[in-house]
Amino acid sequence: MPAGKLTRRAALKAAGALAGAGVASRLLGPLSLDPALRSSVYAGAPSGAPLKIGFQVHRTGIGAAYGKWYDRTAVAAVKLINARGGIGGRRVEIVAEDDGTDPKRGVEVVEKLAQQHKVDFIFGTLFSHVVIASAPRAGELKIPYLVVSEGYHVASGKMNRYTFQPGITDVRAQVTALAPFVLKNLGKKVTMVFPDYAFGHDHRDFFSAAVAKQGGKIHALVPIPPTEASFTKYFPKIPADTEVLYHVMVGPGVLTFVKELGEHFGQKKPKLFGFIDSLEAVDFASPGLEYLEGSYIWEAFPRYAGQYNTQWEKPYRDAVGVDANGASKSDAKDVSTYSHMFGVWETLFVIKEAVEKSGYKTTKDYKGFIETLEKTGTFREGLEHPQGTKRFVGRLHQAFGQQFVSQVAGKKLKVVHRTKIEDGMYAPEADYTKQPL
Amino acid sequence: MSLEGQLFLALLEGAVSGLVLALMALGLSLVFGVMRIVNVAHGEFYMLGAVLAWYLATTANFLVALVAAPLIVGGVALASDRLVLRPIKYAPEATIVATIGLLYIFQQLVLSIYGPYARSIAPPVYFRVDLPWFGYSGYKIIVAGLAALLLAATWLLVTRTRLGLYMRATQQDREIAQAFGVPVERIYAAAFALGAVLAALAGVLVLPIQQAHYLMGLDPLLLSFMVVIIGGLGSLKGTLAAAILIGLVDGLVSVFFTPTLARIVASILVAMVLVLRTEGLYGEGAG
Amino acid sequence: MSGAAGATPRAGRVFGLHLAVIALLLGLQFLLPPFHHGMVARIMILATYAIGYNLLLGYTGLMSLGHAMFFSAGMYATGLAVYYRGVGTVEGLVLGLAAAILLAVIIGLITLRTTGVAFLIVTMMFAQVFFLTTLYFNAITGGDQGLVLSGRVPPLRFGNWEVALTHPAVKYNLALAVLTVCLLLTLWVTRSPAGRVLIAIRENADRTRMLGYNVFNYKLLALVLSGAVSGLAGSVWTLLFSYVGSSYAGILYSIYPLLWTLLGGAGTVLGPLVGTGLMTYIVDLTSGLTDSYLLVVGAALILCIMWLPTGVMGGVRRRWWSWLP
Repeated sequence: MPAGKLTRRAALKAAGALAGAGVASRLLGPLSLDPALRSSVYAGAPSGAPLKIGFQVHRTGIGAAYGKWYDRTAVAAVKLINARGGIGGRRVEIVAEDDGTDPKRGVEVVEKLAQQHKVDFIFGTLFSHVVIASAPRAGELKIPYLVVSEGYHVASGKMNRYTFQPGITDVRAQVTALAPFVLKNLGKKVTMVFPDYAFGHDHRDFFSAAVAKQGGKIHALVPIPPTEASFTKYFPKIPADTEVLYHVMVGPGVLTFVKELGEHFGQKKPKLFGFIDSLEAVDFASPGLEYLEGSYIWEAFPRYAGQYNTQWEKPYRDAVGVDANGASKSDAKDVSTYSHMFGVWETLFVIKEAVEKSGYKTTKDYKGFIETLEKTGTFREGLEHPQGTKRFVGRLHQAFGQQFVSQVAGKKLKVVHRTKIEDGMYAPEADYTKQPL
Repeated sequence: MSLEGQLFLALLEGAVSGLVLALMALGLSLVFGVMRIVNVAHGEFYMLGAVLAWYLATTANFLVALVAAPLIVGGVALASDRLVLRPIKYAPEATIVATIGLLYIFQQLVLSIYGPYARSIAPPVYFRVDLPWFGYSGYKIIVAGLAALLLAATWLLVTRTRLGLYMRATQQDREIAQAFGVPVERIYAAAFALGAVLAALAGVLVLPIQQAHYLMGLDPLLLSFMVVIIGGLGSLKGTLAAAILIGLVDGLVSVFFTPTLARIVASILVAMVLVLRTEGLYGEGAG
Repeated sequence: MSGAAGATPRAGRVFGLHLAVIALLLGLQFLLPPFHHGMVARIMILATYAIGYNLLLGYTGLMSLGHAMFFSAGMYATGLAVYYRGVGTVEGLVLGLAAAILLAVIIGLITLRTTGVAFLIVTMMFAQVFFLTTLYFNAITGGDQGLVLSGRVPPLRFGNWEVALTHPAVKYNLALAVLTVCLLLTLWVTRSPAGRVLIAIRENADRTRMLGYNVFNYKLLALVLSGAVSGLAGSVWTLLFSYVGSSYAGILYSIYPLLWTLLGGAGTVLGPLVGTGLMTYIVDLTSGLTDSYLLVVGAALILCIMWLPTGVMGGVRRRWWSWLP
C-alpha cells in the first residue's frame, strides 16, 4: 500500500485484504481461537455504543458455500459502513453464529443472538426450511429478523411482522417476470425439471401460473426426489417434443445433472432455461458444463463484469473481493454466489437506512424501526443497492427488483434481457402491517 | 421415449449404478464382515477419495489420482484404527460413537481446507455411446467394468490369499482364529485399511461422473449398509447381488411411477426382501 | 425374580437420585439466563426422545436407525391437527401419542422378525419411506419447508386458567413434566417383571424364548413403548416450537438419539439425558469458540468414548455407583 494519502481505493483494498485475512483466520479455525481477532475484523472506526447485528449464517451443512460468501459480503459491507461513520454515528458490530443449515439449530441461533448476545437485529438466513423454522422464534422474541432467502415465504404472509426480506427478490416475482421471455424467445412447449420439495414446487406453481396467464400450458413436469445422485433414469419422462427444458436443480448434484443431460440428449437437445441457483459457486468452465453452451440462465445480478455496467459495479466488486469473473480475487477457482450475496450487502444498508430514518436507539424502538421500514417505498440504486432499484412493498415485507436473463457464451454469461420491476409484481396476498407488534 | 427404450435405459442404469454401488459397498462388506463394527465414517473415506482425487487430478493427472488417493486414504484409515479403534477395543457401540467423531473431524477438515464447493473433473477417457433412444456415457460403462474387475480381484484376495484366509478365519470366529495364531489385531487393521482403500477407489472412479463435495459421504454410507446387509453378511457374492438388485429395482420402478413415489415403492420393496429373508440373500445364518 | 431384588436401601438411593435430578432441573429454571433456559427446555424434550430410543436399545438390545419416524409421527399428527383443525393442546398430544403408537405397532409387526443389523437396516428403510411420504404429500405437510403453527397453537387450559405455550416458563415446565414422566417410565421398566424380561431378551433372546416367554410380544411391547415416548417428544416439540417439517423425519434425526444414548450410556436411565445435554452444549460452546468447531466436537466425542466406552453414565455405574439403573 503506498505511503501517504489514504485514498478511497486504498481503503477499499485494505478492506478487501482484511476481509481476506478474516477468511484466512477462519480457515485456520482452531489456530485462531482469539475472539479479539474474530471481532476486530468486523469493527471499524469506533464511535459511540456499537450497534450489534446478529448474523445467522450457514457456515456448515448444505448451505455452506453460500454462507462463506454471505460472510465475506457482510464483512465488506460493515467495513464500508464503519469507514463512513457507522450507523447513526455508532460503530456496527456483527455477531455471527453458525446454524448448520439446520432448522433446529436455526432456532437455537436466533435465541442465542437475541438473548445471550443481545443483538439489535438478526439477519442473513438463506435456506427456506431454516427461515420458516426460525422466523416464528424471532417473532416470539420480538426482534426484527431480516432474511436473505429468495423464498416466497415472507411475502406469502405466513411469517410474522418482525420478519422482512428487503434485500433480495423472491422466487414468485422472479419466475413471473421471466415467463414472457421464455415463451416468446425459447418456445411454447416447456417441460419443467425441478427438485420435488418446496423450492422446486414454488417454481412449478408460479411458473405454471404465469404461463397460464399468457395463454399457455406446461408441457410436462418432472419432479426429482431430493438426495438423488443420478438423474439419467428420469430423463425418459421428458417428452421428445419438448421445446424448452426449464431446469432448476440445486445442490452438489447439479454437475452430475448437467453432465448426464448432455450424455442423454447429445446434439438433439431442447432449448435450456436454467437458474443460476444451480450453479452458484460453480465455475462455468468446469468440465462437464460444456453442454450448457448457448443455454439461458436467470441471474439476479450478473456474475461477469461489464454485463450490467453501472458506476457502482467496480467499487462493489472491489469491496467484496470479487474479480471480473465473479471469483475471489485471491483464488480464481473460488467462485462466488454472486446472485445471492448482494442481498446481504443491501440488507445491511437497509438496516442502516431504517435505523437512521426512524431514530432507533435501543431495542425499545422496534415499533418505529418496523413502521419506518414498512413505509419505505423504494430503495434507490447505488453503491448501497448495486443490483438495482428495489420497490419495497410494506404490507408484504418483500422487496421487488429487476431480473436478468443471460446466455452462456464461451464459458461465460452474457446478459441478453433485463426485466422491469413491474414485470415481477403480483397481487399481494398478505398484509403484515395489520398485525399487532 | 418408447417403453422398450425406457426399460433398456432402466436396465443399463441399474446395472451401472449397481456395480458402482457394489464397489462402494465392497469395502464396508470387508470391514463389517471381518471386524463386526459399524463404521459410520465409511462414507467419509469415499468422500476423501473423491476430494483427494480432485486435487491430484487437477495438479497432476487422473492416473496419479487413481493410485495415490486410495493409498493416502488407506493411510488415514490405518491411523484411525491405531489411534481410535484399537484403544476402544472395537467394542461395537463405542465404535459407533467414535466413528461418528471421525466423521465430524473428516468433514470439518475437508470443509475448512477444500471448501464447501462441489467440484468435478473431466473423465480421463470419454466417448458417447449413441443408442437409438438415448445417448450414454462411455466412461460410465468403463467404470462399471472396472467395478466388476475390482470385485473379482477382491474375491480372489479373500479366497485365494493368506491374508484372505486370515480374514475369513477372523470373521468366522475371532477367538479360535487367535488360538490358531492368526494375528487378529493386524488383520483388523488390514481389513479396515483395505475397506477404506476400496471406498476411496470408488470415490476416485465416480468423481468424473459426479462431483466431490464434503457432504457426499452420507448417502453412499447408508446405501452401502443396505447392500451389505441385504446381500448377507460375509458374502461378497451377496454384496454384488444386492447392489445389482437395488440398482435395478430403483431404475425399473422409476419407469412406472413418479419419481418420489418410485423411491418410496423401491424402498419398501427392498426392505421387504430383508424382512422376508433376514439373513440376506446369501447370508450364512442370522446377522 | 422379583421380591428380594427390590431391596429397600437400593430402591431408596435410586429414587433419591432421580428425584434429585428432577428437582435440580426444576430449580434450575430460576437460575438460568434466558438463552440457557430455552436450551435446557429443548434438551429436555430431545432427551425424552433419546429416552424412548434407549428403551429399545439399552433395555431390549435392539438398535434401530429409524426412530425419526416415531418422533415425526407424533410431530405431524399433533402439528397437522393443530394447523388444520385447531385442536387444543391436550387433544394434540393425545393424537400425537396415538399416531406414534399405531405406527410402532405396524412397524413392529413387519420388522420384528428381524434382529441385529437386519433390524437396523429395515428400520432405516421404513423411516426413509416415512420421510419420502411427508415430501410426497407436500401439499398437506408443507414438505421440507414445513408449516408454521404460530398463532394457531391454543393456550393450555386448566379450568379457568389459560397459559400460552410460548411463555418460556410454560415451555420449560411442560418439557420437564414430560421428561419426568418418561424417566419414571424407564425406572419402572427396569424394576418391573416385564422390564426384566426385556433385559433378559437383550442378554440372550434364544434362552429367554426357551424359558417360555413370547419374545416377539415382549419386543413389540418394547417397540411400542419406545415409539410412544419418541412420539410424545415429537408432539411436545411441535407444540412448543410451532413448526413441523420433513427435516425431523430425515436420517440425521434417527442418528442423533443413537449418538446421544450411546454417549450418555445406553441401558442407564439417566444416560439419554446426559448424552443429549452433553452433545448439545459441546456443539454450542465450540461453535462460539471457532468456525471449525466440528473438529473439536469430533475430537471430544472420541476422547469421551475412549475414556468411558459404555457412555458417561455407563462409566459412572461401572466405576462408582453399581446400583445405578
